[in-house]
Amino acid sequence: MRVRAILGLLGAAMVSLLCLGGSVLAAAAVPMAPGDEGISINVILLDQGQPTAENPKGTPIPGVRIIVEDATGTEIGNDVTNKKGVASVSVAEGGDYVVRLDTDTLPEGTELSDPDDVTNSVNVLGFDTTVQFPIGLAERTGTDIGTRILGLVLSGLKFGLIIALASLGLSLVFGTTGLTNFSHGELVTLGALLAYGFNVGLGLHVLIAAPLAVVAMAVVGYLQDAGFWSPLRRRGTGNIALMIVSIGVALFLRSMFQYVFGGETKAYDRYVTQAPWTLGPLSITPKSLVIDLIAIVVLVLVSLAVARTRLGKATRAVADNPPLAASSGINVNLIISIVWIMGTALAGLSGVLLGLDQQVEFQIGFKILLLVFAAVTLGGLGTIWGAMAASLVVGLLVELSTLVIPSELKYVGALLLLIVILLFRPQGLFGRAERVG
Amino acid sequence: MDWGFIFEQAMGSALGPDAVVYALAAIGLNVHFGYTGLLNFGQAGFMAVAAYGLAASVTSWGLPFWVGLLVGLGAAGVLALLLGAPTLRLRAEYLAIVTIAAAEILRIVIGSVTLKDEFGGRDGLQSFSDSFTALNPYSGTVDLGLFSLSRGDAWVTTVGWVLVALSCLLVWALMRSPWGRVLKSIREDEDAVRSLGKNVFGYKMQALVLGGLFGALAGFMVALQQAAINPDNFSTDVTFNAYAVLILGGAARVLGPVVGAVIFWFLISGLGTFFSEAAGGRDPLIPTWLMTDTQASLVRFILLGAGLAALMILRPQGIFGDRRELAIDAR
Repeated sequence: MRVRAILGLLGAAMVSLLCLGGSVLAAAAVPMAPGDEGISINVILLDQGQPTAENPKGTPIPGVRIIVEDATGTEIGNDVTNKKGVASVSVAEGGDYVVRLDTDTLPEGTELSDPDDVTNSVNVLGFDTTVQFPIGLAERTGTDIGTRILGLVLSGLKFGLIIALASLGLSLVFGTTGLTNFSHGELVTLGALLAYGFNVGLGLHVLIAAPLAVVAMAVVGYLQDAGFWSPLRRRGTGNIALMIVSIGVALFLRSMFQYVFGGETKAYDRYVTQAPWTLGPLSITPKSLVIDLIAIVVLVLVSLAVARTRLGKATRAVADNPPLAASSGINVNLIISIVWIMGTALAGLSGVLLGLDQQVEFQIGFKILLLVFAAVTLGGLGTIWGAMAASLVVGLLVELSTLVIPSELKYVGALLLLIVILLFRPQGLFGRAERVG
Repeated sequence: MDWGFIFEQAMGSALGPDAVVYALAAIGLNVHFGYTGLLNFGQAGFMAVAAYGLAASVTSWGLPFWVGLLVGLGAAGVLALLLGAPTLRLRAEYLAIVTIAAAEILRIVIGSVTLKDEFGGRDGLQSFSDSFTALNPYSGTVDLGLFSLSRGDAWVTTVGWVLVALSCLLVWALMRSPWGRVLKSIREDEDAVRSLGKNVFGYKMQALVLGGLFGALAGFMVALQQAAINPDNFSTDVTFNAYAVLILGGAARVLGPVVGAVIFWFLISGLGTFFSEAAGGRDPLIPTWLMTDTQASLVRFILLGAGLAALMILRPQGIFGDRRELAIDAR
């Protein structure tokens, strides 16, 4: 019965997604560049200094000539950007190419952010490659610092909440089974891919596809434990061996995803771009708000469940000492199975929301895996509250660090913090000070 | 289906520069993981600092090639000290997480636009190996019957296998010394070693530095083989592949990494060529709806992942390892 109660809570959270979603504005999917047979190099020219409601990433710049040359400087082809700012040149095979922008064709008053950056070398790997030339970025530094910080705090919180869902799952599984699961990132990805599949593949509405993906992930979680990890535990495979097994599983799944899904970035068919709601200096897109709310509701429900219910108590008992828990009448295998179901569903939800926030690709979860690990370690391995709080710290740090360091280095700050904190507080920020050596 | 071509490709990788790089990287991991039980998931980071230490010294700072080699080795040693200091007293998972994080930090920083003047950004660095190629004794393509190597590859491969042989000799000598026996006992039971009055932390640190230096050699070989480097040469997957090599050959065996590297590259390259032949061409053996050219290049990685997991479950001691010697999981 308790199992059902917890799953019910998770289900309730999903329903809230449906209700909240009612107010979300719809918008057209991002136009994809026309692809011929074979591989093409696509260039998207956007004036990033002038975002508008229809084009939040920037106004497209038409009529600009793009020339593609091979490594020896021979011209392969050229194209002029259309009214969506897209130009496409097809190339025969993968390899190194140079993409050059003819600055004479740029419209009056539009200039590259870096005037020296008229060429862009690309290494085409056998699938379509997109090249961008930064335009109009310098103008944006003009926004006042307070608004910028507020914006970063908002996006940091959102990112932190998404990470928190994933790290909660990782932490639950680690706490009860001792498995450091390197394939957790792929579970996040699978959530996003399933939602994409239900949405675009089967044509379901995003608000149906998303909860369906989370439910499917719960099933995946059960099957994964029953069919794979549980037999391994019974064989007595050690934790470190299991960690390496999980690396193999991660490589396997990631390549499978790329095989099936392809290397491109794809979007759900709705809510791709939205005009933000503004309230004074606050500016937030409806979908970001919905992502925040769903994440908060789920995180609170799960932590209440772990803290208050009998099932939660049993989970903590198993985490503390499995043999002792078993001898006091707790069905350890059932608990572990439930933890896998919850952990995988949470990872899936994290992926669904991440896909909604950023669009979907086969490495979406792999890319945040290290930040999830950082959060779980910072919070103190296996502590649930710690993992959630540390996730928010990581999310905020990642975004706010762009105030002082270039945004290309934003993940570095969080990972460095991880190393520094371990130096002084190996038990993590919120772990109990006991021997972890 | 040209089986001769597939075999030639596979042999070229199995005995060529690819295998050399991974043999050296895995020898380093063998010292860490196989003998001492340290989970270094950042071998790619050690390779990266060494390769970039060499390349940046020569191209960006105008130092001689030989000084660049010292800079690279020094950088790998320092990295080992920095990573070991906070983590070697903690549980095995902590070293794993910190090393993998450090390797990613390095890859991102090296590839950043901010440091483009020093490290060349995404394009990486080139033309740093002239002093090395000037010493090339070969005058043309070397035909070895089963496969042939270009002039440059032949020189890199020769140097590489000599380095592999010397490294194996060193590991063999060290691991039968009292020092090596302490490492192995740390792997088996750290507390027991501590109770005998040994400085476990110190030994672990020495092992981490030594294995990191082998990683540095692997990094040099990457740089010299391509005569160019870029951040993508040092992604996390490089480390994981090196683990696959080590476990395939057999951890805690002197020749395990070498055998592992040869078999690993034979399979990876052979399967890669096989599937691209099977899925490509006018009348592909595998229909296009099932597998396109692009997908064909992924099949080997799918098999690699599944293989690594299966190997670890079914035969964790690898091909030549001894299960009794290797209690991979002491805790």
